Amino acid sequence: MTTTPPAPPKNRTLMRPATVKKSRRASTTWIPPVLVALGIVAIWYVVSYVVLDEKRRFLLPPPHEVFTKAFFDPTVFGDIMVALGRTAIVALVGLAIAIIIGVAWAVAMSQARWIERSTFPYAVILQCIPILALVPLIGFWFGFDYPARIIVCVMIALFPMVSNTLFGLQSVDKGQRELFQLQKASRWTVLTKLEFPAALPAIFAGMRISAGLAVVGAIVGDYFFRRGEPGLGSLISNYQSRVQSAELFAAIITASLFGVVIFILFGWLGKRVVGKWYDFSAN
Amino acid sequence: MSIAPPPVASATTTDQLLHFEDVAMTFPNGTTALSGVNLTVNRGEFVTVVGPSGCGKSTLLRIASGLTPATEGVTEVDTSRIGYVFQDATLLPWRDVQANVELLAELNGRPKKERQRTAAEAIELVGLSGFEKHLPKTLSGGMKMRTSLARSLTLDPELFLFDEPFGALDEITRERLNDELIKLFTEQQFAGLFITHSVSEAVYLSTKVVVMSGRPGKIVDTFEVEFPFPRDPEIRFTAEFAELCGKVSHALREGHH
Repeated sequence: MTTTPPAPPKNRTLMRPATVKKSRRASTTWIPPVLVALGIVAIWYVVSYVVLDEKRRFLLPPPHEVFTKAFFDPTVFGDIMVALGRTAIVALVGLAIAIIIGVAWAVAMSQARWIERSTFPYAVILQCIPILALVPLIGFWFGFDYPARIIVCVMIALFPMVSNTLFGLQSVDKGQRELFQLQKASRWTVLTKLEFPAALPAIFAGMRISAGLAVVGAIVGDYFFRRGEPGLGSLISNYQSRVQSAELFAAIITASLFGVVIFILFGWLGKRVVGKWYDFSAN
Repeated sequence: MSIAPPPVASATTTDQLLHFEDVAMTFPNGTTALSGVNLTVNRGEFVTVVGPSGCGKSTLLRIASGLTPATEGVTEVDTSRIGYVFQDATLLPWRDVQANVELLAELNGRPKKERQRTAAEAIELVGLSGFEKHLPKTLSGGMKMRTSLARSLTLDPELFLFDEPFGALDEITRERLNDELIKLFTEQQFAGLFITHSVSEAVYLSTKVVVMSGRPGKIVDTFEVEFPFPRDPEIRFTAEFAELCGKVSHALREGHH
């Protein structure tokens, strides 16, 4: 009599290590930032209640006050949300324009050495000039409404797109280039089938950085102009002048949370598009 | 009634797939990489070039492929019918095996159906059937090289140029790929010009071993290899094989002042 051994549970042996690895990874990615957040809140409380006496507590109201006075107050919360909507529009439009200009500019530079030599220094300068000083001028030139806010946003968010895309296009492996050269591939073919796909990871890395900057840019213009429909910038400016610390912190937290959300969104998008063949965690 | 004679390979000029006469290469910075190189590769030949590193072996191949023109001498080669296998597999990481193998045919504007067919054939020839949908990052070094080989095979080249393709692989993988390369060489009937720094690989693979000296690279000696094809892996352990390897090594050492 022969007994056949039970078939090995193929799926299970294959699946288990994978899921264990995944859940461990998820916990290791989530726990440290949460601990840091708790630490920050603790320090915040210490500063509010121990460092500052009651008269000066308005300089840094304790965290729960930020929530009760701002986030849970329907009027204030409503104001912040409406402002966030306007700021989000400016940030997203500005980011989209920065991505288009940045990629187009970098492609032009990668195709012609003279374009790179004559224009790249200005991309660097654009990043180095104190844009804050230019903001009022931009207001005078373009009016103080959405277009001017978007221009400020683009100016702040543009550089990472340009430099990352250019770096990606130029860092194509020499052997791969020669492979195309041997087939006498046209410049356009090399760009579309080799350089651009190879640059995608760098482009997405640039988008993530630009996304965060776009939020800052959308706030900065509005903060200085304080005209037209108030976005988060005007709101922050108002709260500052009225010394409404709790509301001020609430607006700042909202702005940074929004920045984090689009940072994560572009990180996710990058993984969706190139994560299959490119390992972002490798660098 | 006359019967057409069978196509016998004879030493006519059309059988000369590559011909170098007094080829020299001096780089713009003044270094002379090659000087006075005379080399011919005929149909049915598999020529390996061994030499110390930096002797201009790779430059020789780059001139043959047309990537870098020689600064002196005559080079005759039909670059439209060559396959080039690089030191690295140079696969496009965003394309799976099938799409990578199709690349060259795609760049040559071949229709999609034909491309898919030739790619499937080439993938089968190099033993990668079943891995069509795999991305390069999931492949081993040897499999990447096979993919690279398959990619070049799709163009049905008359002359294959190999730039130390197996240098980065482990011994066992390298020997296995050597055997498969010999199989491809005998079945597909391309000629080969193969660069390596391994003497035993050179002797095992080729019909002719060319030894180069250190910079500036010159051909110092040529050895005919008489072992029949397809080669029996066991010849590696014969006395004749060892003797020939010894001769090549001596020539290498003498050329390397």
